[in-house]
Amino acid sequence: MASHAIDVQNAQENYLEVKGRWSGILSWIFSTDHKRIGILYLVSIAFFFIVAATIGIFMRLEQLTMGPTLMKPEVYNRLFTLHGVIMIFLFIIPGIPAILGNFFLPIQIGAKDVAFPRLNLLSWWLFMIGATLAILTLFLPGGLPDTGWTFYAPYSIRTGSEVSLAVFAAFILGFSSILTGLNFVTTVHRMRAPGMSFFRMPLFVWALYATAWIQILATPMVGITLLLIIVERLLNIGIFDPTQGGDPILYQHLFWIYSHPAVYIMILPGFGVISEIIPTFSRRTIFGYKLIAFSSLSIAIFGSLVWAHHMFVSGQSDLANIIFSFLTFFVAIPTAIKVFNWVATLYKGSIRFEPPLLFALSSIFLFSIGGFTGLMQATLPINVHIHDTYFVVGHFHYTMFGGTIWALIAGILYWFPKITGKMYNKKWIYVAWAFMFIGFNTLYGTMLYMGWKGMPRRYYDHLPEFHTDHVIATVGSWFLYTGILILVSTLIYAVYRGAKADANPWGGTTLEWKTSSPPPLENFEKEPVVEHEPYYHEEAIR
Amino acid sequence: MKNIREIALEEHHDFVGAKMGMWLFLLTELILFTGLFILYAMYRVRHAAEFHAAATELDVVIGTINTLVLLTSSLTVAVGIEALKRRNRKLAKWMVLLTVLFALTFLVNKYFEWSAKIHHGIFPGADELLSRSQGEIIYFNLYYAMTGLHGLHVLVGMGILLWVYFLIARKPSEKVVVAPPNIEYLKGAQLIASKGEQERWVIDEIKDDVVEVEVVIKKDPKKAGVDIPNIIKLENAGLYWHLVDIIWIFLFPLFYLIT
Repeated sequence: MASHAIDVQNAQENYLEVKGRWSGILSWIFSTDHKRIGILYLVSIAFFFIVAATIGIFMRLEQLTMGPTLMKPEVYNRLFTLHGVIMIFLFIIPGIPAILGNFFLPIQIGAKDVAFPRLNLLSWWLFMIGATLAILTLFLPGGLPDTGWTFYAPYSIRTGSEVSLAVFAAFILGFSSILTGLNFVTTVHRMRAPGMSFFRMPLFVWALYATAWIQILATPMVGITLLLIIVERLLNIGIFDPTQGGDPILYQHLFWIYSHPAVYIMILPGFGVISEIIPTFSRRTIFGYKLIAFSSLSIAIFGSLVWAHHMFVSGQSDLANIIFSFLTFFVAIPTAIKVFNWVATLYKGSIRFEPPLLFALSSIFLFSIGGFTGLMQATLPINVHIHDTYFVVGHFHYTMFGGTIWALIAGILYWFPKITGKMYNKKWIYVAWAFMFIGFNTLYGTMLYMGWKGMPRRYYDHLPEFHTDHVIATVGSWFLYTGILILVSTLIYAVYRGAKADANPWGGTTLEWKTSSPPPLENFEKEPVVEHEPYYHEEAIR
Repeated sequence: MKNIREIALEEHHDFVGAKMGMWLFLLTELILFTGLFILYAMYRVRHAAEFHAAATELDVVIGTINTLVLLTSSLTVAVGIEALKRRNRKLAKWMVLLTVLFALTFLVNKYFEWSAKIHHGIFPGADELLSRSQGEIIYFNLYYAMTGLHGLHVLVGMGILLWVYFLIARKPSEKVVVAPPNIEYLKGAQLIASKGEQERWVIDEIKDDVVEVEVVIKKDPKKAGVDIPNIIKLENAGLYWHLVDIIWIFLFPLFYLIT
């Protein structure tokens, strides 16, 4: 049976005003419009972020004093697991692709929607089901898992906490991630507007394209690994259990074959956002377009070959250690190519300093610190010294939080007027930035220092010589949290009371700036035809 | 005057896109099994002799029959696709049904094979199995995990094929839906079905309380042939079925023929 879609004749109505078959909340949760799905993700993901950040605050509070004051060790174990699971699986992996990618990938290539709109809605539903199952573990007799987000065997097989359900939730979230990736790859191949050749695509689309491929190729591997944990717990089919001839190190291999590429699922879209923001606010085209595009792909490829650098002290052979250490350094090359090209774009540009650019530049700065500390850890002798210390915690917060989340915020600030048609109060954004930037470096910078001195990660308590550092870090976390709250409330206020924004407040050149704000249901009044490269500035605005 | 078709524009069917999505999905399925094949390879390298010894306990005859059943089912589904492409609905229906039957045969065989093993105390966690050498334990654990996951895929494949069967069996039809906001354009108009200049049926006036208009045009299956979207659905179902088949082709020698 061939069904027929509805074509909107009235071009004045934007996607927020269009009346569909449903009304109220149903018009959101049953919508197949990629823009509405993007906002569904934005709201749900922002909620999970605040939850996990609050858990982080509680963990820091426990470290403010010595001994068990706020919580017992078991609670602390469960909290850092929950903090990790939510931040990784519910926030940062879907983060930029599901929110900004859903909203802007079709618009930036001049399409009406993604290739499979209903599959897109299914992805969000799977995401919510996975999230619900993960949180359900809180109310079951076993309680929250206490394994850490990595679910390492054999402890994850033996522990009495609700690992099976949590792992199943992660499996479903992985499925949702795969479907989004599959949708994006097909969309990029099949839905580009006339004239939109691959090398005229905005770099954000290139980044999402590379990310989508990692999602498709790497996620099934963690899927099967997690399934094996479940069958091992429920059906006693021992694959990783040493008493049945299994090898827990193989679990670590299979887990990191996905989970290391996954860190590029997290960071690549962030790089894409920065590649959009820098040319817009420099009033000139991006420097080295093709190099940036290909560096996304080569990060995707190299990133898939370095997983065992998480296991230098797990007991694998020295030869494997040396090879994986060597390969890890290679990832720095395409990453540095991006950073140099961004800086070269700024050079002699006509820079207009606005909140999105501020956050994008901070993201580059913080990610660079994360990247350099990453290179330190790729070095075998140093790795043995700082393995499983706060240095690692500091490092991945600088890359993931500093790199990705700051880029996500930059992207939200950049596209906020397009999504909502409103403009936020820029002064308050600068205030939020100051709080966040100071808090961030106080918190995670101190962690790097503590880790270098030998403070192990995942301990609920600390020795007296680390006490001062822990107090400083905890105070930093308060600043950071305050900054985040100011930022979120400024944006929520702007949604309701913000001034009306122009269709193109920043002078952007990509297709989303050539339609109204907010965009109409099918994105453009008529299908756009692309005639030149994405960052073509006709004249510099001074 | 605009007719209803112009207001309710035809949905854009991208068959190449649909197939591309399916291939990408199959790629993820393949990688899912790759994880298990990697584990198999690692453990077999470590316990080569025990793997050989344990493999002698599997019934090669049942395994061979199942391989033949699955291979034949891949043929029937392929014939079904080709039949539907040539607008032969009847043959296509029979072929899809036959494929489902083969799938069922495979699962029934598998059931008897597993029951026999379980009867002999060879199943995960059983004392009989745990008293053996580590290589044999891991061999049988892998055997259950891999053929179990494959069996699950056979079950899912059966479901998909049945669903496509019902789609094909249904009378070819076309649905035109006009819903908000476009329904506004039809208010006050009369729904007219016209066939050329002479024949015209006035059906009803669309008043203010009408929210949605849905017109279903059913066709004579003998004359109308098949719904084009069903062809791509059956093709995609067939692709999935071939994947199930291919994975078995690797599982069979790895577990049954390494003696």
